[in-house]
Amino acid sequence: MFVDYPLLSLVIWLPILGGFAILFNGDNAMTRPLSLIVSLLTLVLSIGLYIDFDMSTHEMQFVEHMPWVPVFDINYYLGIDGFSMPLIILTAFSTVIVVIAGWEVIQDRVAQYMAAFLVMEGLMIAVFAALDAILFYVFFEAMLIPLFLVIGIWGGPNKVYATIKFFLYTFFGSVFLLLSLLYLRHVTGSFDILEYHQVSLSMTEQTWLLLAILIAFAVKVPMWPVHTWLPDAHVEAPTGGSVILAAITLKIGGYGLLRFALPIAPDASMALDWLVISLSLIAIVYIGFVALVQSDLKKLIAYSSIAHMGFVTMGIFIVFGIFANSATGSGAVLAVEGAMVQMISHGFIAAAMFLCVGVLYDRMHTREIAHYGGVINTMPVFAGFSVFFAMANAGLPGTSGFVGEFMVILAAFQANFWYAFLAATTLILGAAYSLWMIKRVVFGEVSNDNVATLKDINRREFWMLASLAIIVLVIGIWPAPLIEVMHSSVEHLLTQVSQSKL
Amino acid sequence: MMFEVINMSFALPEMFLLGMAGVILMVVAFMGQKGAGAAYWLSQVTMIGTAYIVYDSVTGMGGLTFSDSYIKDTLSDVLKLTVSIVNVAVLLYSVSYLKARELFKGEYYVLAVFSTLGMFVMISAHHFLTLYLGLELMSLCLYAMVAMHRDSGVATEAAMKYFILGALASGMLLYGMSIIYGVTGSLSLSGVSEAIQTGGLNDTVMSFGLVFLVIGVAFKLGAVPFHMWLPDVYHGAPTAVTLFIATTPKIAAFAMMIRLLVDGLADIQQYWQDMLIMLSVLSIIVGNIVAIAQTNLKRMLAYSTISHVGFILLGVLSANSEGYAASMFYAITYTIMTLAAFGMIILMSRRGFEAENIEDFKGLGKKSPWYALMMLIVMFSMAGIPPMVGFYAKLAVIKSIIDVELMSVAIVAVLMSVIGAFYYLRVIKVMIFDEPADTEVLHAPADMRVVVSANALGVLALGLFPGSLMAICATVFS
Repeated sequence: MFVDYPLLSLVIWLPILGGFAILFNGDNAMTRPLSLIVSLLTLVLSIGLYIDFDMSTHEMQFVEHMPWVPVFDINYYLGIDGFSMPLIILTAFSTVIVVIAGWEVIQDRVAQYMAAFLVMEGLMIAVFAALDAILFYVFFEAMLIPLFLVIGIWGGPNKVYATIKFFLYTFFGSVFLLLSLLYLRHVTGSFDILEYHQVSLSMTEQTWLLLAILIAFAVKVPMWPVHTWLPDAHVEAPTGGSVILAAITLKIGGYGLLRFALPIAPDASMALDWLVISLSLIAIVYIGFVALVQSDLKKLIAYSSIAHMGFVTMGIFIVFGIFANSATGSGAVLAVEGAMVQMISHGFIAAAMFLCVGVLYDRMHTREIAHYGGVINTMPVFAGFSVFFAMANAGLPGTSGFVGEFMVILAAFQANFWYAFLAATTLILGAAYSLWMIKRVVFGEVSNDNVATLKDINRREFWMLASLAIIVLVIGIWPAPLIEVMHSSVEHLLTQVSQSKL
Repeated sequence: MMFEVINMSFALPEMFLLGMAGVILMVVAFMGQKGAGAAYWLSQVTMIGTAYIVYDSVTGMGGLTFSDSYIKDTLSDVLKLTVSIVNVAVLLYSVSYLKARELFKGEYYVLAVFSTLGMFVMISAHHFLTLYLGLELMSLCLYAMVAMHRDSGVATEAAMKYFILGALASGMLLYGMSIIYGVTGSLSLSGVSEAIQTGGLNDTVMSFGLVFLVIGVAFKLGAVPFHMWLPDVYHGAPTAVTLFIATTPKIAAFAMMIRLLVDGLADIQQYWQDMLIMLSVLSIIVGNIVAIAQTNLKRMLAYSTISHVGFILLGVLSANSEGYAASMFYAITYTIMTLAAFGMIILMSRRGFEAENIEDFKGLGKKSPWYALMMLIVMFSMAGIPPMVGFYAKLAVIKSIIDVELMSVAIVAVLMSVIGAFYYLRVIKVMIFDEPADTEVLHAPADMRVVVSANALGVLALGLFPGSLMAICATVFS
């Protein structure tokens, strides 16, 4: 029923224009309700994308194609497939959560805060929906501006350092993406991303392109060793900023690898898969250990994010190993779907974890683990949620955290036993850092007077966390609808990847 | 095309400018200090009138006139239109600044109009001598404008530096012209071009002359290593004058480069391409790196100009019509961005407060969120972040060099633009993240506020819809 309307454009421009309207409306009583209405409306519309989504095809859907800069043949070209659709809904959902999370906490420049997140929402959805290379790049870069401001204005004590580091790091990565997009334009004479998927390229070309694309998205994911901006950005960002960073911007890295790296440079990806897999394993194992020793709650979750994203990059790049070892390649489907499920699930779980930290931070104004202890005595409901999300973060079966990791590990066995073995250590490490943190923060005796005076979560916070908990459970118990949606796109990607472009 | 009769109508805008310049000169001469206001309004009328005349003739016939020494084509139309419209804003911005410093004199406007005439002559030049005459007319007015604030030590120093180095560069240019005249036997650009196509010229002497021409152009543009004057002049001159020097003369210099290298010497592009690569890469590197160390916003913008000049050269050195169009797009958008940036500095300044240090923008986001947003747009645009127009300018020139497969140059350019992003971000940081140092409010008059806002929003609007300006630039060279 929605197909006749430019639904994608609506989902993109409603929050952007709504954000600007709220910005110019200024700080007043209407700011918060208006922001909530805009974000809810966007969520409802984005669910329309799911309802009308045709799961049987890998073709782009809801396509909109209009000339934008005719001289350069740059088009306003939008469309979604099984990879982008779930991420768009994730974005719309996370923004609603962010608006609710900032409801009482943000008192300074509220309109600007809400506007920044709404504009960012539109830009991120557009990144997932763009099928024109320059359109993609424009949104990809423009997204940095609101996030830069959010961290810089509402961030913690060291916010300026963190936000400039974040901006320059990601900008550094993305200029290489720009170069590779322009080079592909030089080869194909078009900015159409789908056409980039078809063009034959020599091995040298593919290698350089892959490296450039990898730099751009590895910074975003972030992969070891270009991850150092993330802990800083997370620690300094306000809760909403952390949620969006963890839930969406990191996913853009994974999405970029699926959309650009594999289909454009399959042969180079095959030749260099060892590189990405090793970096991913380092992220999973080494960063897991790093997370273990963190004394700052947000840093711990930031490092755990990096480790979890290691599964995404590994899931994407082990397909070559699986192809080499098995004729059917069914394991490859499992790997990529596992990576996708991991992205979505991490979006919810990491968001929830950061929200939990936010709840504590709003009350105690500290993120040091050592300043807490025995929170369960004063905040039993909150304790329940945080234990649940920590379990999900550790990959407890029945939660969404388990599904993605399990699929990727299962697939990794078909590629190489040692990949699977090393990746599986996350089940121990993840449990160790998550549960140890919970033990120190939530359980035990009330450690100090501040904790003794804590008040349990209010209704707003309860529903915010409850909705996330429900989703985490639902995906954990019944992931089939999510996997169904992406199935044909994944299979199409794998056919593309299995054909040499030399 | 050849025309038997001298077609005066091709030079109608220049004649109008000259006539009005004479009128303004008389007004200033007879009314003295009281004439400043009248001179201002008359010069605004001149600019708007000129813009109208140029616009009116766009659809008309083009071609050569005055014995092939003067040309009217789409390039000249577009650039002249840009110059006259930008100058309207420049003059408007200058008023409040000059008034607050008791510099509001008729001379500024007389010199501005004469200098504009010089730019027009440069833009339309099709002859070495015409070009040189235009260049000198423009430059001499600029030297005088810099020195206008004669009690100020820095301004005088800047004027001296500008004058001496400028004269040196003019000398180089003239020397180069004379050598090329010696080789080709022609001063007209089409004559030179024909002589090269016919062949049989002495390559060594030709390229020797070319070096001097390129040096002259590089100096006027401010490309490294001929950039030394630029930071001092930007810094030393009163902001209203810096604003003038930083904007439209760059368009004229761009036109000079296109006229000389493309109209005249396109067939020996293999010689000048390498020179431009060197100038361009050096400018981008030096401009971006040295800008980081600046605490004075005007100086920082000077180094940023140097790096932008490097990018403008990138398009030209790719030596094809797409590259020239990309450069032209860059030059025009650079002018609009710079106009907005200096407009903001003037907007922030008041009597006894120049607002020329980056620190002076502290807490603008709290004091005046709207103008902080405007400055934010301009800074992100200069850094080349979409959706601002600065991004498309960079995109266009980098695309053109990738198309000629100069990958290493492209890599240097994008890496340096990452470094460049840092100092623009620093301005934004000071403006938005820092707390205000005082509670002083803005003093700028309403018309200035409106135009600065429109200017900055234009940077954003052009970024959202860059298609039409790009199309115009593409038709010029098609």
